[in-house]
Amino acid sequence: MVEFTLPKNSVLTEGKTFKAPKGATNIRRFEVYRWDPDSGKNPRIDAYEVDLDDCGPMLLDAILKIKNEIDSTVSFRRSCREGVCGSCAMTINGKNTLACIKAIKDYEGTIKIFPLPHMSVIKDLVVDMENFFAQYASIKPWIETQTPAPSDRERLQSKEDRAKLDGLYECVLCACCSTSCPSYWWNSDRYLGPAILLQAYRWLVDSRDENTGERLDELEDPFKLYRCHTIMNCTDTCPKGLNPAKAIAETKKLLIQRQ
Amino acid sequence: MNNSRPLSPHLQVYKLPLTGIISITHRMTGVMLCFGLILFVCIVSAIAGGEQAYNDIQGFLDGWLVRLVYWGFIYALFFHFCHGIRHLIWDVGKSFDLETMDQYAIYELIASLTLTVLTFIFI
Repeated sequence: MVEFTLPKNSVLTEGKTFKAPKGATNIRRFEVYRWDPDSGKNPRIDAYEVDLDDCGPMLLDAILKIKNEIDSTVSFRRSCREGVCGSCAMTINGKNTLACIKAIKDYEGTIKIFPLPHMSVIKDLVVDMENFFAQYASIKPWIETQTPAPSDRERLQSKEDRAKLDGLYECVLCACCSTSCPSYWWNSDRYLGPAILLQAYRWLVDSRDENTGERLDELEDPFKLYRCHTIMNCTDTCPKGLNPAKAIAETKKLLIQRQ
Repeated sequence: MNNSRPLSPHLQVYKLPLTGIISITHRMTGVMLCFGLILFVCIVSAIAGGEQAYNDIQGFLDGWLVRLVYWGFIYALFFHFCHGIRHLIWDVGKSFDLETMDQYAIYELIASLTLTVLTFIFI
């Protein structure tokens, strides 16, 4: 359902400001979304002044510095710090990205950090990904075959067929694209969203998969696939430079072509 | 799931890219055109309704506010038309590149403005 405003319990309030240490010259202000499930209060925005002369180059470095040195109660997900695990996805200055592969110097002025948009917040920047991964499981993200496997080797693929997976297999399921999509905001209960549809297409074009027809049957649905209105926020925001909108368009084409 | 969990901000904090803004404008112009059609039907039936009805609607249409509205309608029509063509191009799987995304969006805006100006000149 389309809802332009936030529910009562989600309206933002003002929080605390943590001043930079004395003597710091290269100060940058970070405003971070905070919500503590135990407080019973609404979310707030806390501001942290960080000395960039004593901080790593990436946004994740600044967030880690805040947690380690200024305020240990800040919660967020992170792991690989090189853009392959997809954990540190968040909204930074109005655009979704992975904090670990974005440099602080690419931003000017105050940096505003929010959890992924239109998601249920567990704590601070940590959101509930249960629905997202349930949707991922629903597209059967594994190879499905009818024929028995060759007895003496793997199921081989030509170089051309392997190349069809480029631009698809790199997806790390960070959910930046899905949570940037207004269609997904309003219909995430029934629309699969760009990330899952790109993954679905990855199995549709895999030459080794033998269940293409059934996969297309599953997708042919006014909500699952056709809630995509080519808004293009997904392609605009993908931190890995992939193109979910194109994958969705190709899926729609496959459905037309088989008629 | 704990129902007291807040919903993270969406429209409040997300900066829509140009294509996103154009997409929602396409939707809004579509709705506007639906209402505009009602006015259009009134005009057409007034023409059919004889001299008195025609003069009445003509007088109504001469007001500057009404003029603004129907030129807005004409622009909305051309904008909707241009983005509709973009959708047809997308439907064949073309013009999805990130690099040219904004470029095409600007072409659409220029084309719809040009068509409106041409209509203004030739009417």
